[in-house]
Amino acid sequence: MATLSYAAKDSRTMVRRNLKKALRYPSLTLTVVIMPIMMLLLFNYAFGTALGSGIGPSAAGGGEYIDYLAPGIILMAATSGALTTAISVCVDKTEGIVDRFRTMPISRASFLTGHVVGSVIQTMTSITLVIAVALLVGFRPDATPVEWLAAIGLLALLTLALTWLSAGIGLVAKNVETASNIPMPLTFLPFIGSAIVPPESMPAGLRWFAEYQPFTPIIETLRGLWLGTGIGSSAAIGLAWCVALTVVGYLWARRTFKAGAKR
Amino acid sequence: MTATRTPAPIATHTTAPAITATGLRKSYGDKLVLDGIDLNIPEGTVFALLGPNGAGKTTTVEILSTLIDADAGEAWVAGRHLTRAADAVRSVIGVTGQFSAVDHLLTAEENLLLMADLHHLDRREGKRRAEDLLRRFDLSEVAGKTAATFSGGMRRKLDLAMTLVGDPRIIFLDEPTTGLDPRSRRTMWEIIRGLVTDDGVTIFLTTQYLEEADQLADRIAVLDHGRLIAEGTADELKQRIPGGHIRVRFADAHGLDTAAGLFGIATRDEDSLTLQIPGDGSIPTLRAVLDTLESTAVQAESLTVHTPNLDDVFLTLTGRPHPADTVAAPEENA
Repeated sequence: MATLSYAAKDSRTMVRRNLKKALRYPSLTLTVVIMPIMMLLLFNYAFGTALGSGIGPSAAGGGEYIDYLAPGIILMAATSGALTTAISVCVDKTEGIVDRFRTMPISRASFLTGHVVGSVIQTMTSITLVIAVALLVGFRPDATPVEWLAAIGLLALLTLALTWLSAGIGLVAKNVETASNIPMPLTFLPFIGSAIVPPESMPAGLRWFAEYQPFTPIIETLRGLWLGTGIGSSAAIGLAWCVALTVVGYLWARRTFKAGAKR
Repeated sequence: MTATRTPAPIATHTTAPAITATGLRKSYGDKLVLDGIDLNIPEGTVFALLGPNGAGKTTTVEILSTLIDADAGEAWVAGRHLTRAADAVRSVIGVTGQFSAVDHLLTAEENLLLMADLHHLDRREGKRRAEDLLRRFDLSEVAGKTAATFSGGMRRKLDLAMTLVGDPRIIFLDEPTTGLDPRSRRTMWEIIRGLVTDDGVTIFLTTQYLEEADQLADRIAVLDHGRLIAEGTADELKQRIPGGHIRVRFADAHGLDTAAGLFGIATRDEDSLTLQIPGDGSIPTLRAVLDTLESTAVQAESLTVHTPNLDDVFLTLTGRPHPADTVAAPEENA
């Protein structure tokens, strides 16, 4: 009993520590919010007309190109948020404070839980910001409150999955530079999916990749929830990806932490 | 709830040693780092593990502080088994490593309060202890500044203060003064002495500075290539080696020649006009030397007594000079 309540207490302490730092030094958090917002503005205003007429209105459920674009870009807020987790875990590791925690009689799980919960809160905040900007520049979803809830829930689950993976990356990375480079492909993966243009418009090899990579079914599900386009099996596949990545990321990060990531 | 703060079982173990270890071994890949270490450290003492870089000092600390597991051997810390009761060990130890383990983005006070929270102290008690430690370590004025702005010495003090929040009975200090300037080193020494005399804690110290071990430790063990090659008090270690002598300097070569004739076994140095006479520097020996010189008309310019220092010990034991031979100058007493 006492062990369990201490575990919760220690995790809360760790979450507070991470959020305090995120608030005090918002530059890292801002960087990861600004990236998807820039993408949104760039693709909507600079390339929007050409891309929009290229893919036709049906892909966006009859709406403007911004309606097609927004779900994919909102998802990018989750992938770029993963960066902060990897970096902050790695900073703790290289600064030696992890070793201090490991010699203290505290819940072993609290260090990672603190980082993961803190990062999920941060990333969900930046997702909210990106959604707000999308709405400002003309994103017009026709979703019901339940559909909104489902969309946010799916994004939260994806964020959790990516955050656990990034925590593992932060633990194995030798230094902060590596920790910030390894998650980079995550940021670009949505491009070779259905974020910007439909995979059907891509050459055969890329198209195969785009259709089977994890982000495409999630983007398709978000699009369906917000705009009423067809979801089909995407929801189940997307959920399965999220759960699988969460389990793998969690087990990997936990094992790496137990093994004692050394300097 | 009260159970967390009470170091109760310790009090009943006053006669038990603070740390015992038998046959600790550790290798990384095919590199053997520790080759069977035995330790027995009484409570309330300062134990120094002395050795050059790469001798296995940090690995020993990492094993004893539950950071890594040994490949073989067993150890008890405060009577608790190191691996079977790791959390019980963690509740009585504190570790300040070679690389300061502070949160650079938090202020000094926040770092201490973080430790208080993790030790499950209530808010008032945590705050009180943080203030005490800030005052004690002369950090009150910078309590609200982030650790990133601190000098190396201040950061090391904050690091140690964080270790003390949990009121540990046994403190591991891994090279606590490496990289500090001489003044900060002195301050650190004062703090460490204070911990033993005021708080009665046991200190396990690693150092590559012979002078530091000599200054602080009740017992010293010399670690080289993963083995303990000598153990004892500083004086015991010094006695184990020859090298004590009395050095007499003369005004001219004539004086040197005359005196050299009197002391058969002395070594002479023509350039500096000095004569080295083997001896332990005790009063009778000194008197004998002075009387002999007095009986002739030879005028000695000066006389110095050289007692072997830990550098000599290191050289004798390992067969090579101390690699970080920076601090300890030969100990000359006029």
